[in-house]
Amino acid sequence: MMLKDTLALFIENRKALFGLMILIFFTGVAIFAPMIAPYDPKTNKVDVLRIVDEEMGRTTTIEREQIDEFTERRVYTQSIATTYEKVTTKLPLNARPSREHLLGTTKAGQDLFSQMVYGTRITLTVGLVTGLFTTVLALTLALVAGYFGGIVDDIISLFTNVFLVIPSLPLMIVIAAYITVRGVIPIVLILGLTSWPWPTRILRSQVVSIKNRDFVRVSRVLGEKPLYIVFREILPNMISLVMASFFTSTMAAIMGEATLEFLGLGNVSIVSWGTILYWAQNSGALLSGAWWWFLPPGICIALIGTSFALMNFAIDEISNPKLRKR
Amino acid sequence: MNENILVLEGVNKHFPLNSFRMRGKVVHAMDDVSFSLRRGEVLAIVGESGSGKTTTANVISRIYRQTAGRVAFEGRELSGSMSRKEELKHHKRVQMIFQDPFGALNPTRTIGGIIERPFIIHKIAKEKRSVQEMVDNILTQVGLEPPEQFTRKFPHELSGGQRQRVNIARAFSVEPDLILADEPTSMLDVSNRMSIMNMMLNLKEQHGVSFIYITHDLAGARYMSDRITVMYAGMIMEIGPAEDVINNSFHPYTRLLKSAAPSPETGLKRNPLTTGGDIPSLIDPPSGCRFHPRCPFTKEACSLEIPPMKKIGNDHYARCIL
Amino acid sequence: MIELDRSEMTPLLQCKDLVAGYRIKSGFVHAVDDVSFDLDRGGFLGIAGESGCGKSTLAYAIMRLLKDNATIESGSLIFEGTDLVKLNEEQMKKIRWVDISMAFQSAMNALNPVLSVGEQLIDAIHAHGEASQSNARDRAIEVLKLVDIPRDRFNSYPHQLSGGMKQRVMIAMALILNPELIIMDEPTTALDVVVQRTIIEKIQELRKTLGFSVIFITHDLSLLVEISDTLAIMYAGKIVEYGSSESLFSRPLHPYTKGLMNSFPSLTGKIERMGGIEGKPPDLLKPPEGCRFHPRCPQVMPICRESCPVLEEIADRHSVACFLHKGAEDW
Repeated sequence: MMLKDTLALFIENRKALFGLMILIFFTGVAIFAPMIAPYDPKTNKVDVLRIVDEEMGRTTTIEREQIDEFTERRVYTQSIATTYEKVTTKLPLNARPSREHLLGTTKAGQDLFSQMVYGTRITLTVGLVTGLFTTVLALTLALVAGYFGGIVDDIISLFTNVFLVIPSLPLMIVIAAYITVRGVIPIVLILGLTSWPWPTRILRSQVVSIKNRDFVRVSRVLGEKPLYIVFREILPNMISLVMASFFTSTMAAIMGEATLEFLGLGNVSIVSWGTILYWAQNSGALLSGAWWWFLPPGICIALIGTSFALMNFAIDEISNPKLRKR
Repeated sequence: MNENILVLEGVNKHFPLNSFRMRGKVVHAMDDVSFSLRRGEVLAIVGESGSGKTTTANVISRIYRQTAGRVAFEGRELSGSMSRKEELKHHKRVQMIFQDPFGALNPTRTIGGIIERPFIIHKIAKEKRSVQEMVDNILTQVGLEPPEQFTRKFPHELSGGQRQRVNIARAFSVEPDLILADEPTSMLDVSNRMSIMNMMLNLKEQHGVSFIYITHDLAGARYMSDRITVMYAGMIMEIGPAEDVINNSFHPYTRLLKSAAPSPETGLKRNPLTTGGDIPSLIDPPSGCRFHPRCPFTKEACSLEIPPMKKIGNDHYARCIL
Repeated sequence: MIELDRSEMTPLLQCKDLVAGYRIKSGFVHAVDDVSFDLDRGGFLGIAGESGCGKSTLAYAIMRLLKDNATIESGSLIFEGTDLVKLNEEQMKKIRWVDISMAFQSAMNALNPVLSVGEQLIDAIHAHGEASQSNARDRAIEVLKLVDIPRDRFNSYPHQLSGGMKQRVMIAMALILNPELIIMDEPTTALDVVVQRTIIEKIQELRKTLGFSVIFITHDLSLLVEISDTLAIMYAGKIVEYGSSESLFSRPLHPYTKGLMNSFPSLTGKIERMGGIEGKPPDLLKPPEGCRFHPRCPQVMPICRESCPVLEEIADRHSVACFLHKGAEDW
């Protein structure tokens, strides 16, 4: 099916639309994070600085007043002239959701809503980049193995099957535990390098089955070059499967990232939904009943997973017309 | 101008079996297939499933390489390995039309995009503009007019007959010397079949293209071809001028095919088939003559060795000891 | 063929003005549009038509097996005095397979791949009749014998059988409760020509011994002319010509019938260029105005574009729906 037709059908499908809406929503949150989040995700206090008087000079504290449990007021002079007033409000610790803190705060006084908002960035980025990486890798291997067959196929398939048998989660954990570099890129690489076998197998089967269809045979009889056949005859007929594969890989990557972070094997100083869960677990949020801490990331991960699953169902319905309802 | 453009001599095609249970065994898709084709002639290959007719076409078009034997096209022998240039030249001379009109067209490409490929690959057209002209011209020739209406459409928007015309246009666009037509009408509606068959006959008459017409329908073969060859279980059983093979059928299998074919004229005065049985396995074919288990005239010698082709008339041969 | 005295016997099945089709978003597709025919007891009716003419819908309508958005809109199907259209599912179940059964198109797909052939036959018995386990088994073996399938194949799975054998299993299944009428929808289309002939011969032999009637649906007109007593030519949901197969073959009246006859090369006679039919079958959602065949008809007249002709008996056992052959008094 033509790409345009596929996309048109996709958008018409209610499941796909719903899934897409969720994805767009989270993407919007990620992009506009600084504008949406009321606080910096890692800070546990708010400073309000005010100039009381205008002069020049050194800084000395002249007054210090604890206004209430959370708020402290200091008045400084800077040498001769300027007098500042800095009111530092410590954010409440482990607070329930309120108007100032929509999702409450962590035990260290960090605003959870801001954390969730900023966390969307890392979660989505890692998910989509890994999904893309995995899909491109799998597709390349699938096309080469499927089209050329013979010994090339045998080698690639052997390689794929071996990696397929290795359980990816334990492998991920072991690799993550051993590497010293912490950061987002290692996570992407770990996830990508452990999840490519499955889509490779699926895409390769599809390549082989398309290769045996009459119109590909015709191309060969007409004298087309192999590269042309692979990219202009075989690949366009795989669009739906590649899209489905991408969605699945992305979903798996998001879950994988959350898992790694939750286990503390990622970089726990960055803010992502997974790290929020890590800190929640670490600080006994479950035990203390601080539902505002672990529920939002859990729900959001589930929501994004659902959105990709829905889009996958839609792709299934598009490629197999029998599944469509009239 | 009646020279042979295609000669097959003793061609075998065996497909090895990969499973452990069947190791060492092969599928005898073609055995000792020999025939020749003259320029401008239509040769029909008639047979049921497993007869080897499609494999023969695949060997001639070099989708498969023969396991043994000689295939020569226009005097030049087609060897196991050919350079890219030689292969390309071969593809310009020999083209193929498949049975399933829809399967032979890439569903993601427009008709125009499909038809222009041969012109581009074989560099028949000089500039982009003349490619368009050639596409329009060939579409008109196969009756898809006005061509502009068709070039932008996708295969699923055309009817079965129209799709097959596109396939014929594509095969014909490189101006081949030989077109292999593998059951080109069996998946079409009855009302479309005649026009497709007539179109192929017209191409033959106007452009001197030779055809190998593969079918299971004896009557269709009679309509289309100058000569008919009957294949069974990978071997040629009878070959000769069309009228002779049909009216003076010699081989018991040919006679079986003839009696099994629908013919409204005979109606109720039909004799029941005297032959039962099924098409044999190509992995372990019967010894000697492959038809002997089903043949009403079988003798002991038939199971001992494969009968050679015997001349029984003018240019008419049969593989039978009768 | 015995000439039945039709004044004494009522037909086994009388189809009158049947309308059936599919409801889709943009409207109603009249796959079967005002179809009428009679099937005599022990008779063999052939229905010829190309893809999209409605013949399969007709077959399913008679069996009341139309599903989902397909319905019978109007008309009657009188079978041995009962109007099948008026029956509810309970009542129809008693008739289905017991009195009327069907051999479906492409046996390859109609047989359950994970059940053995014998099990499927026994299933059919239990689903529609009442028999004890051993009786069912005996009957299954008996009916397999009728179609020349050896007893040792009882436990074989469909993929272990050849195409011809699978088709014979299909026929055995249709015969299993000794029905009066068997509808066969393209039973031999995917088979080799020799196998096809053996199946046809088997069907005719069984007809002689068991006496059932057959409605045989196919696009292969040349085969149908040979084997049917009565022939109906369907086009775009309507029957355009109807009568004895000898009459239709020797004197086809409707231009479509003539075109079809002209599309089958023959094994005898002179080899000369034959015609075929131009164009393609119409969209049943929006069929052409007037006669449905008029856009493709080589003998089209002005009246054909405006009104649709109805079936009229022109000669004994030969009716046609065409303005070329209307009685003089109608002009």
